[in-house]
Amino acid sequence: MDQSVILQEQVREAYAQSRALHIQGSGSKHFYGRSVRHGEPLRMRAHQGVVDYEPSELFITLRAGTTLQNLQEQLAEAGQMLPFEPPFFGTEATIGGTLACGFSGPRRPYAGSARDYVLGVQLLNGQGEILRFGGQVMKNVAGYDVSRLLVGSLGTLGVLLEVTLKVLPRPEQELTLVQELPMAAAIDQMNQWAAQPLPVSASAWYDNYLYLRLSGATKAVEAAGRKIGGEILTGADAFWTDLREHRHEFFQGDAPLWRLAVAPASPPLPLPEATLIEWGGGQRWLRGHQDAEALQALAAKHGGHATLFRGGDGSGEVFHPLSPHLLALQQRLKKAFDPRGILNPGRLYAAL
Amino acid sequence: MAGDGGSGQDAFLDALRAALPDDALLIHEEDLHPYECDGLSVLKALPLAVALPHNREQVQAVLKVCEQFGIGVVPRGAGTGLSGGARPNAGAIVLSLARLKQMLAVDTRNRTAQVQPGMRNLAISEAVRPLGLYYAPDPSSQIACTIGGNVAENSGGVHCLKYGLTVHNVLALEVLDASGELLHIGSQAPDSPGYDLLALMMGSEGLLGVVTECTLRLLPIPENTLVILAAFPSVGAAADAVSAIIAAGIIPAGLEMMDQLAIAAAEDFVHAGYPRDAAAILLCELDGSEAELQVRLHAVENLLEQHGAGSIRIARDAETRLLLWKGRKAAFPAVGRLAPDYYCMDGTIPRKRLAEVLEQIAAWSAEYGLQVANVFHAGDGNLHPLILYDANIESQLQAAEAFGQGILELCVAVGGSITGEHGVGVEKLDSMCAQFTPAELAQLHRIKAAFDPEGRLNPGKAVPSLHRCAELGAMHVHHGQLPFPELERF
Repeated sequence: MDQSVILQEQVREAYAQSRALHIQGSGSKHFYGRSVRHGEPLRMRAHQGVVDYEPSELFITLRAGTTLQNLQEQLAEAGQMLPFEPPFFGTEATIGGTLACGFSGPRRPYAGSARDYVLGVQLLNGQGEILRFGGQVMKNVAGYDVSRLLVGSLGTLGVLLEVTLKVLPRPEQELTLVQELPMAAAIDQMNQWAAQPLPVSASAWYDNYLYLRLSGATKAVEAAGRKIGGEILTGADAFWTDLREHRHEFFQGDAPLWRLAVAPASPPLPLPEATLIEWGGGQRWLRGHQDAEALQALAAKHGGHATLFRGGDGSGEVFHPLSPHLLALQQRLKKAFDPRGILNPGRLYAAL
Repeated sequence: MAGDGGSGQDAFLDALRAALPDDALLIHEEDLHPYECDGLSVLKALPLAVALPHNREQVQAVLKVCEQFGIGVVPRGAGTGLSGGARPNAGAIVLSLARLKQMLAVDTRNRTAQVQPGMRNLAISEAVRPLGLYYAPDPSSQIACTIGGNVAENSGGVHCLKYGLTVHNVLALEVLDASGELLHIGSQAPDSPGYDLLALMMGSEGLLGVVTECTLRLLPIPENTLVILAAFPSVGAAADAVSAIIAAGIIPAGLEMMDQLAIAAAEDFVHAGYPRDAAAILLCELDGSEAELQVRLHAVENLLEQHGAGSIRIARDAETRLLLWKGRKAAFPAVGRLAPDYYCMDGTIPRKRLAEVLEQIAAWSAEYGLQVANVFHAGDGNLHPLILYDANIESQLQAAEAFGQGILELCVAVGGSITGEHGVGVEKLDSMCAQFTPAELAQLHRIKAAFDPEGRLNPGKAVPSLHRCAELGAMHVHHGQLPFPELERF
């Protein structure tokens, strides 16, 4: 159902009264970002439904409150998929929340991220104006790329109403291979494979085992599998789904979860606890109460950044600090979209 | 020196001279002429001066002097742009990044290259080829265009359906803002904290910052590649074949269509062996392992035949492949030989609307009395109609422009965009009024102001003023009463 008029009215009122709103989908990603919630909820769930889907044009346009479940079922019927393989983190997860968080799954380093697949958006800015940017076509350089800017902005720049995503055919065949390898050798191996024209679609390392998924035409997957070697993992779909959804044993328990994004070929990092590695080495997970500054310094040294992803003290900053120039620029950008600071204030950074 | 002179201007030029070595500043009128336009040569203006810095520090110095004197800056790469994005503004300087053209580093383990903005697109792939790697986006102008210009336009190329645009292949940028402050945007990691400024910089046409360094993602060179050339009795049949290929779950590495006039022009020019009697041809590139190619080739051949392909040629060896692509890549200059001038359009449309859009273009072509050759990135819906005209006949230039504007408005009407990859520049400012509402344009202006509050970077480009669109709207309403009789045919 199209709720955009109702949502627009709520944002306009909040703007007129300079009242904060916190944007709410299903609440499945409530844990992500800073824990502050100001003002009343702006409920997005009823604003759902597929608006336009053309499998042969490789795009789908849908309202932000549409569940990932519903979206993926429709795509699967046409033999297609979301290439960035997003985690749900809850059965009712919406596409709006997924894009606001900018979450991508195991296929990310090989197929691209959530933002890579966004072609266009309709949004409500902080003044309650309904605006459209991008479109349903793959190439479009008219105006700045607002569509992709919104991905990962945690609702602080605008309320995502509608989005158009590029979709791709599902691979004909998938195969997961396992090899026993220590961390350093596994990181090397993942990056060597990525430098060759192999149909790799996911990689992970945990507890001395390296997992590699191949996807594509059956013959190509078989040929690559023979070249790479290792044992075939049974129940591979469940393995990758559990990893994506953080149901793997590494993610159990309440200890804080840290995410380090680094240059993929970075060597094993001197971390105090066990690590789970994904994305060819580019995404590394760590548990426990850690010294945030030390982790940030370590991630920065390897070309990246550290996030307190889940748990711990969410009232402070949870994302990597920005340089003063970049923070000032992002504050001006926030103001350009949301002059009275009413949309999810403080969810991303205290100053945004 | 161009412009009116004056002591303020003299003081500005003195300050620039003090900030740069002698060989890095052009101020005499005869030296400025080579910079009076970009690839859209009908739009010309002389800048106040041209700065040709050798390094980032000098770029920074230029920006600081311009800030001090409130002077506008038009950044420029190779000047191959087709929308007037690098056309100088009177009273502003041109900042050429052409001398920052070094490859600074290649990280083979992480498969990235760190390059300066003036490096040519093709030179990047050539430099890393011995490592088995390449840089994927390959716009037709890749032998000349620079990576900085690619960032400014979010360039694609014939392989972007499978391998993405510039936005998908750049990991990080070093950018100077309008005040010359250094910003590091993006990173070596898969993502960065805060807003995705990297996405925002792509295609921003030099309005948000000046890129001084790019970190690029490199990909492994595919194991095998082949190109299929298929001839069709109608454009509609070719378009249906494209949809069928994609519906079958095949994403070709490249998928290009040309119509009869473009085929004939290309054939005369490069003798690629295109079938002259075809109404349309498709060029379909497949890549992958030998095993995969066998399966895919068989499937694609069947689909092409089912959709009425008259003849099918398969090029496996590099020489024949390159020859088939050469015809396509040389389509613009080839068409350029058919008439004294041509006007290259760059709309995108949903592919399923192709046949009706081409029919309308053909009808307008007859109405305006101007021939059109069509080149189409069929996989991604990017249509390049090339309108042939003679600029020496004044009414033809105006007719070509009105015709072009009509095509772009048609693209918007069928759900597409006024520019797929050439950018708005100066050329499509009016068309932007058709694509965006005043509230959307105001939002774009506020984004610009967040980066460049004084509006000194590439002033007046890419996003039209609300005033301009309001005037244009008024003009459309009173269409029949315009003082330009040529426009009545529109």
